[in-house]
Amino acid sequence: MNLHSIAAAIPEIYLIAAICLVLLFEAFVGARRPGATGTLTLLVLVIGAALTVVFADVTHRVVLFDGSYVADPLAFVLKLAGFLSVAVALLYSRSYLQGRDILKGEYYVLALSALLGIFVLISANSLLTIYLGVELLALSVYAMVAFDRESGVAAEAAMKYFVLGAIASGMLLYGMSIIYGLTGTLNLDGIAVALNAPNNLGVILGLTFIVVAVSFKFGAVPFHMWLPDAYEGAPTCVTLFIGTAPKIAYFALALRLLTHGLAGATVDWTRMLTPIAVLTLVVGNLVAIVQSNIKRMLAYSTISHVGFILLGFIAGTASGYSAALYYTLVYVLMTLGSFGVVVLASRKGFEADRLEDYKGLYRRDPLLALAMAMLMFSTAGVPPFVGFWAKLRIIQALWETSHPWLVIIAVTMSVVGAFYYLRVIKLMYFDEASASAPETVRSFGVRFALGLNAAAVLVLGVLPAPLLDLCSRVIH
Amino acid sequence: MITLADLLTLSAILFALAVAGIFLNRKNVILLLMCVELLLLAANFNFIAFSRMLGDLTGQVFVFFVLTVAAAESAIGLAILVVLFRERRSISVEDLNTLKG
Repeated sequence: MNLHSIAAAIPEIYLIAAICLVLLFEAFVGARRPGATGTLTLLVLVIGAALTVVFADVTHRVVLFDGSYVADPLAFVLKLAGFLSVAVALLYSRSYLQGRDILKGEYYVLALSALLGIFVLISANSLLTIYLGVELLALSVYAMVAFDRESGVAAEAAMKYFVLGAIASGMLLYGMSIIYGLTGTLNLDGIAVALNAPNNLGVILGLTFIVVAVSFKFGAVPFHMWLPDAYEGAPTCVTLFIGTAPKIAYFALALRLLTHGLAGATVDWTRMLTPIAVLTLVVGNLVAIVQSNIKRMLAYSTISHVGFILLGFIAGTASGYSAALYYTLVYVLMTLGSFGVVVLASRKGFEADRLEDYKGLYRRDPLLALAMAMLMFSTAGVPPFVGFWAKLRIIQALWETSHPWLVIIAVTMSVVGAFYYLRVIKLMYFDEASASAPETVRSFGVRFALGLNAAAVLVLGVLPAPLLDLCSRVIH
Repeated sequence: MITLADLLTLSAILFALAVAGIFLNRKNVILLLMCVELLLLAANFNFIAFSRMLGDLTGQVFVFFVLTVAAAESAIGLAILVVLFRERRSISVEDLNTLKG
């Protein structure tokens, strides 16, 4: 192995070096210049994305480090999406952190190490790499949720998230140990070969643990209990972070582990995932209706989106997986925007997390209200916005593989879901503002980024072909 | 002679104890952290048992990684616990009830 052969792993190697650099920079310069570490981190992410384009844009599957690391076009696309979503999330976070006196360099170091965990998961090709990626991501995120040390709610949310996340990791590990015992290898390629025979009870036992762990991490019902609490209790900028980039990683986890490593057991895990996906869709959408806290409402909306992503896996064909990939990317884009609006509408002492805080937002800040309206229409799946195509592709994939009942449930639940998204728009445009609401964040850079984000939702919806083609090209 | 089945039974019992401990315990968050450790150790036990049966060292290498991660995990867990205690003056599981709905 020479230096040239590990070029495909440049994104991870670069990111480790950058984390050390940012940590040192924070230790020596950060205390004197509070905002500087954030600027450096954004620079690091931009350079990282450029390096990824130069070195990691592989045309075929490259397996490195004795088969525990894989670089393929899918990993390339997901890593670029990871860089982009973390950069945007950190950009939105800045004013929020500043307003609450928690603008510290550690936040950025944690975000970067979470991103490293995401990359390790995206490129994992062995059970060991998957486990390390899951833990690196999860441990960074637990710390981020508890980042606001003055907030007792945040500590409680972090504790719940930590305990339930640790159970999920334990389940994953237990399932992995059974699969290892039955196949004698940790390598996903090796497992895929070994599991080709008809499966015995042991495989199904191991698979059950793994499916439960994946559902836990995704936040699928009935393993979703941590998600609304973590979303509500965390500082909004952290909610924005945990709602976006980690979903890319968990999509990669499900794809690599279930559809590649455990491909021989597709029939079994499809049978397990189907009730989970249906429950996720139904519970997510119905419970979101009764929420009065917008962060909690968006958390249940996340759960319902997870249901759609799982439906893509249940379809079990390349078009189903590419629809799930498309849905994940679109979901990340929309969630960045909608939590971005919540971040920008809040001020110190006014979290803008109740639905009634959005009454009359149109009169106070027409641009923010317009962005939120576009994002909500898109999340509800109204054409011509991009959310419509994401739902359509999943439903198409289900229809092609003759799952008519799942199609009916998905469509019904989309209609139910539209209610609570449209309610936000109604509050913003048609209700009178309360007098006490403070002014929204007016800093030009962030608002410009949010405007681009909302515009992207419209543009990708009007011209969906490039991203759809990309998604079906990287999954074959 | 200890067979593989004995080892797997023991690890299953440890795993079940850990999960039961997490869900039944209503008093103390530190007990939760201990149960989480037990959960990981139960999985480790499986890895070592299979590794011995297969005559393959990768399983035991995996265990070293898991032990390291478990140490990091308890560090984070205890750190969160300290923050929680400073705010609440209590580490009772029953007091973790502000967030619901």
